[in-house]
Parts: sequence; C-alpha cells; structure tokens
Amino acid sequence: MNALAPAVRGQESNTDAQALFRYVLRLGDLSLVLGQRLGEWVGHSPALEEDLGLANVALDLVGQARLLLTYAGEVEGRGRGEDEIAFLREHGEYLNAILAEQPNGDFGQTIVRQVLIDAFQLELYQRMTGSADERLAAIAAKSVKEVLYHLRYSSGWLVRLGDGTEESHARVQSALDALWPYTVELFAEDELDRTMADRGVAPRLSDVQAAWLRRIDEILAEATLRRPTDRAHSWHGKRGQHSEHLGYVLAEMQHLQRSYPGARW
Amino acid sequence: MNSVRADDRDPVPAARAPTPAPTDAEGRLSLAWRALAAVEDPEIPALGIVDLGLIRFVTLEPDGTLEVGLSPTYVGCPATEVIRRSVEHALRNAGAGAFVVTQVLSPAWTSDWITPDGRRKLESYGIVPPERPAASMRDILRRARPVGCPRCRSADTECISEFGSTPCKALHRCRACLEPFEYFKCI
Repeated sequence: MNALAPAVRGQESNTDAQALFRYVLRLGDLSLVLGQRLGEWVGHSPALEEDLGLANVALDLVGQARLLLTYAGEVEGRGRGEDEIAFLREHGEYLNAILAEQPNGDFGQTIVRQVLIDAFQLELYQRMTGSADERLAAIAAKSVKEVLYHLRYSSGWLVRLGDGTEESHARVQSALDALWPYTVELFAEDELDRTMADRGVAPRLSDVQAAWLRRIDEILAEATLRRPTDRAHSWHGKRGQHSEHLGYVLAEMQHLQRSYPGARW
Repeated sequence: MNSVRADDRDPVPAARAPTPAPTDAEGRLSLAWRALAAVEDPEIPALGIVDLGLIRFVTLEPDGTLEVGLSPTYVGCPATEVIRRSVEHALRNAGAGAFVVTQVLSPAWTSDWITPDGRRKLESYGIVPPERPAASMRDILRRARPVGCPRCRSADTECISEFGSTPCKALHRCRACLEPFEYFKCI
C-alpha cells in the first residue's frame, strides 16, 4: 500500500469539491446578476404589466441563485452561507458569463438579453435534470419549469418588437447585434465545463449550444430579425474577468451588507 | 371539550386551557395534518397550503421528531418564507411536539397537485385554476389558447400579463364582460 494514498485521495476529493464549487457559482452568479439587473426595472418599466413581469422573472432568478449559492457554500465546506457568498465576494470572484451583467439599455435590449439567457438556461437545465449530482438535478428540475415561462414572456416581446414598427425593429436588431458576441462565452467550453460533463454533472455545452441555436433561430425568424455572425471573444466572466459593468451591479447589491455587516431585517 | 371563541386568535399557548397532546404516533400525525390544513396561503387566503399540495409528507422519525416536507411553488416566491414560518407556528401551537420542516425540491412541485377542493376554492375566489396538466407545459411557448372567464364563462379573453400579483398567476381580461381576472398557471 502506498502510504500517501489517503492523503492523495483526500486532496483529489478536495480538488473535486473545488471544481464543483466553481461550477455551481457559474450557474448561481448568472442567475443572481441577471436577476439584479432586471430588478433595476422596478418602477421604471414601460407599463405596469412589464414592471410585474420583469420583477417576477427577477424573483425567480434570485430564488434559483439562492438555492445554487447555498449549495455552493455547502460544497465549499467553509461555512459560508448564501448571503456571505452573494454579498461579500469581490468582482473577480464572480463567475457569471458577462452577458448577464450587460446594462439594461432600453426595454428592447433588456428583452434581447433575456431571450438569449432564458433559452440558454432552458436547454441547460433541461439536460441537467439528469445530472449525476442529485442536488443540481433537483434544482434544475425546479428551475426549468420557471424558465419556460421566462422564455415565453421574453420571446413573446421579442416577436412583438422585432415584427413591430420600423423603430422597434431597428432597436431590437441593434441590441441583438451588440449582445450577440457575448453569447459565445456561454458555450465556450473550458476545462471546468469539460470536467463537469465528464463526470456527468453537467451536459456537454456543444449539445446545449445546438439546441439553443435552433430555438433562437425559430424565435428570430418569427421576430423577422437577422442572426448576427459569431465573432471570437476575448472575455472570461466565467473565470472571473468581468467588464466594468459588474462593479456597478455589485456596488448597489452589496452596499448594505458592506456598510452594515450582518444586518438583518 | 375546550370552548374557544371564534375570534380567539391568540397564539400564546398559555392563554388556552391545557389540552393533553397525543403521544401515540397516529395521534401526533393526525394532529399535525389538522394543524397544517388550517395554514392558509399568505397570497390567496381562501386556499390552504394542503389544498395547494405543498405538504409533501408528514412522518415520524425514530427519535420522535415529526418531519414535515414542504415544497415551494416558485423558488423565488416571497410567500415561501412566510409559509414556512406559518407551518412552524401552527405545529407549535397545536402542541405537535418536536418537529423539523424540510424543504423538498425533488420532484418539483406541480400545479397538478392542487386538490379538487383547492381548485374549487380558487375558482370561488375568482382565480381560474390551471386548465391543463403540467405535462403539457412544453407547448406554452407556442402561445396559449384563451382561458375561460370565471365570471361570464366567455372564451373571448386575452392575456394582458404573463405575471400577475404573484409569480404563479397570469393576468387576463375578458373581452365579453370586460373584467380582468387571474389565472393560476400550470407548472
């Protein structure tokens, strides 16, 4: 027997936990940051119905984030809870793809960002319901049902705006052109994504992408919008390298806990 | 029998005549179910959480702890926290003994679990209960067929918002009687 075996095994499972921790953060941060962005619309939407709609989607996303960040804290095993993870991490520790942190822009731009991420989450979670990680499978099964309603809401609006007036069409097309490059990162498989897929924890991102693209093409066709061409990307929110926008999101979201540590209400 | 005034909502147990709490398993389980049946949904007071199918199980652990499985309707629904506290409050008040409330995510809650009684209560409250089984949800992306008006029964209605006052409901309007109404979405 190799005397080192137990220690090595211990280290390995530690590395495993570390990888899972980072992967769950990617999922949770995507929901949290997008939910926070949508929350900015409260009181500012074009109509009361949209105020309710965006706020409800935001609530679901924050709800998903709570489940995911709580789980991440347990996997990490250092006693951090959802609040500590959400409110006391720095910019570079956030692992969301940077599409989520892009500014709301006008209502059309918010809707374009939403369609792109809703369709991603739908295809991802649907496949994750069969995850080897039971906890992620359960969270995915719960979330996928809600995401279906999110996509119904966002795609319904994208069709109305795209196939609407000349002005609304031009606005959502230009939002799509601006945001499309960021979608590349959602599907850019790195070593962590590969490890998770190999372990059966997560689906292959190439499968998710193919299904996502079919769905997006269908929606864009109905919305009479043109799909922009892919371009190489050079950002890595999933590795903690963010645009300046995330700083503003976190400043607002974390302000209270940073100023009054441990405040509860 | 204790006589309890109808307006006696005082939750302080000491204010009540002492009721010997059942100690046998069956007695404790049925006491717990009775207590849970009285817990109302904070957003739709006409409806109990048992009617909604949110209580997944009540079991007695070998150490005598009651375990109550509770599911959220939507993960971000603010009512979830309130419901949990109401459940704990109801069990304590009923003298159910040691208990623990466990969140159950899997299998995910579905509107199919709303009891027939719950559907009737929803309807009489003016909320249209889910019209289709959750299994058919996949085609909600293809735009829904109209939901019948709960007041005049007309099928000539339109959806004016996918999300109503709570995530579980959508806002519709009847084109015949012009009244807005809420629809409990299938999920």
